[in-house]
Amino acid sequence: MLTNRSKVVVNKKMTFMERIYLPAIIGGLITTMKHFFRKKTTIDYPKEKREISENYRGQHVLKVDEKGAERCTACGLCAVSCPAEAITMTAGERTKGEENMYREEKYAAVYEINMLRCIFCGLCEEACPKEAIFLTDRLVPVSGNRDEMIFGKDKLTEKHFNQVDISKRQTPEVLAFKQQKQYQHNK
Amino acid sequence: MVSGYIIYKAIMVVLIFLIGLGIAAYSTYAERKVAAFLQDRLGPNKAGPYGLLQPIADGVKMFMKEEIIPDVSNKFLFILGPCIAMLTACMTGVVIPWSTPITIDGVSYPLQITDINIGILYVFGVVSIGVYGIMIGGWASNNKFSLLGALRASAQMISYEIAMGLSIIALVMMTGTISLGEIAAQQAGGNWNIIYQPLGFLIFITCAFAECNRTPFDLPECETELVGGYHTEYSSMKLGFYLFAEYVNMFISSAIISTLYFGGYNMPFIGRFVTDPNMLSILGVVFLFGKIFFFIFFFMWIRWTIPRFRYDQLMHLGWKIFIPLSILNIILTGAGILFFNR
Repeated sequence: MLTNRSKVVVNKKMTFMERIYLPAIIGGLITTMKHFFRKKTTIDYPKEKREISENYRGQHVLKVDEKGAERCTACGLCAVSCPAEAITMTAGERTKGEENMYREEKYAAVYEINMLRCIFCGLCEEACPKEAIFLTDRLVPVSGNRDEMIFGKDKLTEKHFNQVDISKRQTPEVLAFKQQKQYQHNK
Repeated sequence: MVSGYIIYKAIMVVLIFLIGLGIAAYSTYAERKVAAFLQDRLGPNKAGPYGLLQPIADGVKMFMKEEIIPDVSNKFLFILGPCIAMLTACMTGVVIPWSTPITIDGVSYPLQITDINIGILYVFGVVSIGVYGIMIGGWASNNKFSLLGALRASAQMISYEIAMGLSIIALVMMTGTISLGEIAAQQAGGNWNIIYQPLGFLIFITCAFAECNRTPFDLPECETELVGGYHTEYSSMKLGFYLFAEYVNMFISSAIISTLYFGGYNMPFIGRFVTDPNMLSILGVVFLFGKIFFFIFFFMWIRWTIPRFRYDQLMHLGWKIFIPLSILNIILTGAGILFFNR
């Protein structure tokens, strides 16, 4: 009895009014007519978009720092934490002259997320010690091809002068929580 | 003068043919739109403003599709089926009185192609040929589902024609004529037949649903059981013809229901505001089409309200309920005529 609308079935004989069906049919017609004038639930997608939560977990972004250097150090914690095993990466060593491209000595030469495997849980973001990966409120574009759904660094890394706003997901509380070392996952 | 008469009749025939097809085409659009609205959706809205070009897109699609004639089918009958369905659907429009005559320069032009004095019988005759279209199509496909659909369709249409005819007999007893033009003319003012024949109307409209193969009597083509029923094997425009014939039938039966029971082109109290007979005649067409559109909407409204009957329920309803009820209606009408002496 969740909705209080359930009716107990009784196998009693139908009365005359029930047997001529007409009152029931008219009742049905009234019900459908009410739906005719009801507000439609359709969202005309390409024209109008569904309102999404401000900390929506959509397509990932690989952050760069204020100088435009990639934050990711290819530690692999995101890949380990990923329950869907959607993340793969290959580490590379920074050579001389690449200091403005990569923040630390190690970087991700290849970083791929399979968007068909990803369940958008946000554990990668939680695991990342370098604040390098975040989920954003962008929807993942669809494709008719499975290969195109494996997003490499070209699609994931943000541009230096066109950074993606992740302030809704990285609130001070979240940052403070990530610094607390008593939790298992922050050690 | 004779050639002028022929030209006038030819214009009327072409006009009513085109109007019938146009309304049938837009019925497909209206059906989808009404279905969507009754289910809290929006329906087709991409082709043109509000999706108004959808029927044209559908028509183009139907023509461009590959035409498949099964190897095992009887080719002549396979092609004949949809032709008969379409032909009979278009033929019934001939006897419907669209309005009172228009007089131009002293010459009276009746807005009815032909007022044959057995109008109702003509309609019944043509409609009963319509069964052949479905039966031949279903049988010629050489497919189990088609055959089952065709069998159901013919059994259903023949059963409901009896009750339909009997319900009309009561009406004919009252009006004293079977010419549709005269029946419409008798109902001038608010003197509509529905007031005297509510039971007859109920039987008639239910049988009309069954004759048009519309829900809740759409067993011949029920998708869940028979794939597509009698038109399972059909493709391209031949399928289009079957679907189209159904909508033309719906339009014609709406017109006949309006003419027989809802006063046709008459509207109460309109004579007080408009006196010019030509103007009244044009308004009559408008009123009749208003009634027809309401009934087409009603057909669709019912479709999305009442679920399909089971086959035995359908037969039970037709033979054990509607036929006795319509006979009772005849007796009651006869008693009423005797009692009130009208």
